[in-house]
Amino acid sequence: MNREIQVFACPHGPLLVRGADIVVDESGDEHAVERPVVALCVCEGSGRKPWCDGTHKSIRRDLP
Amino acid sequence: MFDGFVKPVDEMSACNRLPRQKGDIVRLPGPCGPVSGRVVESLQGGRELRPVAIGNEPVLVDRDVQMALWVLYELFYRGFEGVDAGREWDPELITLRGVIERRVERELRSATRGRLNQLLAREEAVGDLILDLVEEDEGPSLSSFLRRDATVEQMRDFLSQRSVQQLKESDPQAFLIPRLTGRAKAALAELQYDEFGGGRASHLHQDMYAETLVSAGLDPRYGAYIDEATAVTLAAANVMSLLALNRRLVPVGVGHFAAFEASSSVPSRRIAAGLERLGLGAAARYFEEHVEADAVHEQIAARDVCGAVVEQTPDLLSEVVFGALCTVHLDRLSADDLLTRWGVAGDESEAAS
Repeated sequence: MNREIQVFACPHGPLLVRGADIVVDESGDEHAVERPVVALCVCEGSGRKPWCDGTHKSIRRDLP
Repeated sequence: MFDGFVKPVDEMSACNRLPRQKGDIVRLPGPCGPVSGRVVESLQGGRELRPVAIGNEPVLVDRDVQMALWVLYELFYRGFEGVDAGREWDPELITLRGVIERRVERELRSATRGRLNQLLAREEAVGDLILDLVEEDEGPSLSSFLRRDATVEQMRDFLSQRSVQQLKESDPQAFLIPRLTGRAKAALAELQYDEFGGGRASHLHQDMYAETLVSAGLDPRYGAYIDEATAVTLAAANVMSLLALNRRLVPVGVGHFAAFEASSSVPSRRIAAGLERLGLGAAARYFEEHVEADAVHEQIAARDVCGAVVEQTPDLLSEVVFGALCTVHLDRLSADDLLTRWGVAGDESEAAS
């Protein structure tokens, strides 16, 4: 299916991806997209990578 | 002349013709005071509402008043067994609802005014402002207590109290959709599509919550715990209806919703961990689902829904932020309410966070 994939980088937050079917992580593993929009972890801190789990908030708070 | 009382449409109770699933039949709550007593009596007997007076005490923590409001709102959701569905628009009931709603609104505005003025002085985009104000909240952390210290009984109490709002998760906010336009509407609908299962009945979030209750050995039926619900539990659910069923409060409703989503992802992770710790892992699925779902939803709700509302009408910024502060205020009341109910001192829950 040809559809446009949109990516939005949230300031201090995850990447929001719309229109994707599969996300391939750094080790080449494929993760099926099961919701209309997914948030991808950017901070590297998520316990549920590649998905964002909100951990960036606590990392951000610890910064000077 | 109009006599102020809506008569049943016909002999057959109209409510029995609505589509229902097994277990959906909701019973009216038992008596818990003069205000809710009058409302229940009127619905039960199919009689006109007798006059009621609301006292001068704060209504947000008044169980009787919140119960009355909950019953009045339920007429707009699933109704009650044996109550004519036509009572939804009974003018006497609507009038009483309006009186209580204005009191609730006034209390919320006065509780949040100081913080609202501080936040409005910042020059931040509304999306960032909402995400930040939730993060900056320093209230007691209920989810941290649930993760580390709660007993099985306390966890079950939390799950059953929370069922009052979660078994109709996103239902109130669905009423916001037709009141919005453009980007705000598209973004809210996108979010709601996920909440309502993305086309799969098995993924309806409200039904997943019912499964959570079953896994924890609790009653999954809608309204099952209403007679145990505290004033604040009822108030937290009622405020969502207040902000969605009154068009004048729609900007407040979107702000409330965004902050609600923004205060869900991290707490859901903690609650899931608490359930695992207590050997209730099967009940954790709903909360696991919300870790990921709400990490997405909080961004869309704050940046797209609220962002678009304020972009369309910049004057609405303070109403949107007020809505977000309503969520923070109610979260704080709920945490205090349950921790006090369990005999846990504030310090202990702070230390756990």
